[in-house]
Amino acid sequence: MSKSILTRRNVLQTGAAAGAGLALPTILTAGSHSGYTNAPTGSTVTLGFNVPQTGAYADEGADELRAYMLAVEHLNGEGDGGMLSTFSSKTLEGNGILGKKVEYVTGDTQTKSDAARASAKSMIEKDGAVMITGGSSSGVAIAVQGLCQEAGVIFMAGLTHSNDTTGKDKKANGFRHFFNGYMSAAALAPVLQARYGSDRNAYHLTADYTWGWTQEESIAAATEAMGWNTVNKVRTPLKATDFSSYIAPVLNSGADVLVLNHYGGNMVNSLTNAVQFGLRDKVVNNKNFEIIVPLYSRLMAKGAGANVKGIFGSTNWHWSLQDEGSKAFVKSFGTKYGFPPSQAAHTVYCQTLLYADACNRAGTFNPCGVGEALEGFEFDGLGNGKTLYRADDHQCFKDVLVVKGKENPTSEFDLLEIVEVTPMEQVQYAPDHPMFAGGDLGACNPGA
Amino acid sequence: MDAIILQILNGLDKGSAYALIALGLTLIFGTLGVVNFAHGALFVIGAFCAVTLNRIFSVSFETIDPTKVDFLGNPATIKTTYLEHWFGVGPAAWMTDWSVPLAILLAIPVMLLVGVIMERGLIKHFYKRPHADQILVTFGLAIVLQEIIKFFYGANPIQTAPPDVFIGTMDLGVWLGFEANAIAYPYWRMVYFLFSTVIIGGVFAFLQFTTFGMVVRAGMADRETVGLLGIDIDKRFTITFAIAATVAGLAGVMYTPITPPTYDIGVELLVLSFVVVVVGGMGSLPGAVLAGFLLGIVESFASMNEVKNILPGIDQIIVYLMAIIVILVRPRGLMGRKGVMED
Repeated sequence: MSKSILTRRNVLQTGAAAGAGLALPTILTAGSHSGYTNAPTGSTVTLGFNVPQTGAYADEGADELRAYMLAVEHLNGEGDGGMLSTFSSKTLEGNGILGKKVEYVTGDTQTKSDAARASAKSMIEKDGAVMITGGSSSGVAIAVQGLCQEAGVIFMAGLTHSNDTTGKDKKANGFRHFFNGYMSAAALAPVLQARYGSDRNAYHLTADYTWGWTQEESIAAATEAMGWNTVNKVRTPLKATDFSSYIAPVLNSGADVLVLNHYGGNMVNSLTNAVQFGLRDKVVNNKNFEIIVPLYSRLMAKGAGANVKGIFGSTNWHWSLQDEGSKAFVKSFGTKYGFPPSQAAHTVYCQTLLYADACNRAGTFNPCGVGEALEGFEFDGLGNGKTLYRADDHQCFKDVLVVKGKENPTSEFDLLEIVEVTPMEQVQYAPDHPMFAGGDLGACNPGA
Repeated sequence: MDAIILQILNGLDKGSAYALIALGLTLIFGTLGVVNFAHGALFVIGAFCAVTLNRIFSVSFETIDPTKVDFLGNPATIKTTYLEHWFGVGPAAWMTDWSVPLAILLAIPVMLLVGVIMERGLIKHFYKRPHADQILVTFGLAIVLQEIIKFFYGANPIQTAPPDVFIGTMDLGVWLGFEANAIAYPYWRMVYFLFSTVIIGGVFAFLQFTTFGMVVRAGMADRETVGLLGIDIDKRFTITFAIAATVAGLAGVMYTPITPPTYDIGVELLVLSFVVVVVGGMGSLPGAVLAGFLLGIVESFASMNEVKNILPGIDQIIVYLMAIIVILVRPRGLMGRKGVMED
């Protein structure tokens, strides 16, 4: 049996070894890395645009692709420059990124996680994409974000609204410009209270996947905090097209508000069914029955037609904003394509510019350097006012728009009206907020 | 009780669509022996006939209105439909309002033509091939048709409203002794149910009371003997295929105000309709109709909160669960005929 003798020399040796071990992750940061996945060696750099080109969100994906192509044009010094001139950071001069001409490859997510991961993998491994961006679904965004973390490339998320993307599923290599369910709820609740009062009974119909769950949780918490009662929360299959059997129980549930936590085709169909069943003409508890669609998009509003009139919701951005950045983007996009951009187009355009700017400021394409440049970055001029890319969770914080379906549209694009711009401070939350708990950014992964 | 009645009505409504598609599927399978996975796409083509007619009625010419500006600040263009220009505001508004029912007139020739082309151009070459080949080729055809529709109409749902007179709900509860608005059901959904019963009745009457129908039924029972009698059964089967396509198409036309059509709406209905065919009994037309309505009602009841609270997620599997139970208890389905799909 040996006897352990604790000497001062042993303590110092052990401490030094432990200290070196603990310091190792810090030593392996951007500055010390010489290699990283798909480091550009020639005169060009390749970006990977991973959007739904088929499937239910194909129209949104098409709009995203238009915006990406516009961003590439502007980065390479073609076209009118769009928001390059209004962006508060002035590193983008139309000469590509770090002097390299921007090229791109595209992938089709099909709005399916496995297909999205496969196309992202292909773009990284075969096409040499140094950054992946895109997505029109939170399930897809979270799946691709995980892949990019493993592969050692930056993921600039497109349209993803689930709290989980920058909550429990956040990753060091992933960044989100789009807002989230919590922010929608924080912005909407005061407006709903002002319009509909504090004594309401809400019934939730929720798409049964990550985005629906977190939005339902956020909206229910925010409305209950102002005095509303949640009558029921019913999950609906994502593939459902006829919601009549879910709408019928609402009629005699005692609810006087229906919250549709649905997006895309789900929202168009559930809202159409709700209107068919006469919910908007009902009077319950001596109050007019109201419908709320927490997350709106113009493309969805177009699909729902006249049914959206007067219905409140929130959106990340709208083409009718009159700040210089929005006007420049709408002009650029509208002149090229003949119609105004959607919020999906806006967010991916911004993400492309933000990535390019971060590379220029960091002086490298190394994901760890780019990540450091994005973390805590404050900017303006991209259409949402002053914006912060928070370092703790890689979520952008900015003003949130509360919108309403327009009663008297003047054109086929004029479907939503902005009723309030909720300031950034009102939609912020602590990084360890319970709705975002459980995840860990981890360390950035430069790959190779 | 009011909730139960509402779900029965919903079930009949859903069942109408299932029954109409399953009826066509069974007709094609019973006559041609072909498992047609493109049948859902025929429903979609019908639905987009309604969308197309609405768009035709909306074709317009533009004039510049210097007093207004567009989203880019340029002088706005005002659109006037040719319909309005030719017939005046009132008739144009009426035709646009009634575009869905009027689309039936467009859908009938279109669907008959599509049916004949599909059968003569592709499916007849697969009569003697294994069912697996038929499934592959018709499934491929369905994908091609869907993608063509998506190319022209996009992926987003397209709102197609019923005539104004059918917007709103009927208070059925008052008739049944309930409180006012306890059972309010949309007018158009009732129209759809009545329409489907008329179509189903029409198909049965056609098969039962016409010479053509008698030959088709005889062909379904024994194709070779009918052929030996000198009757050109192939020609009649082609027409039967076209009729089945038209039934699916008309179901699609009238369905557009219930659920805004998308290019892929047929897939979900097709899968459910195949289950309906199996539950009803392969080759049995009354079985397909019975199973369609039955599964529609069961599916609606499974969506009730009271049921979901006890069995979460049951609404997503109930149709398949029912199919398993029926097949275990009655292997040939509810009204299946001996010898069909048993060789």
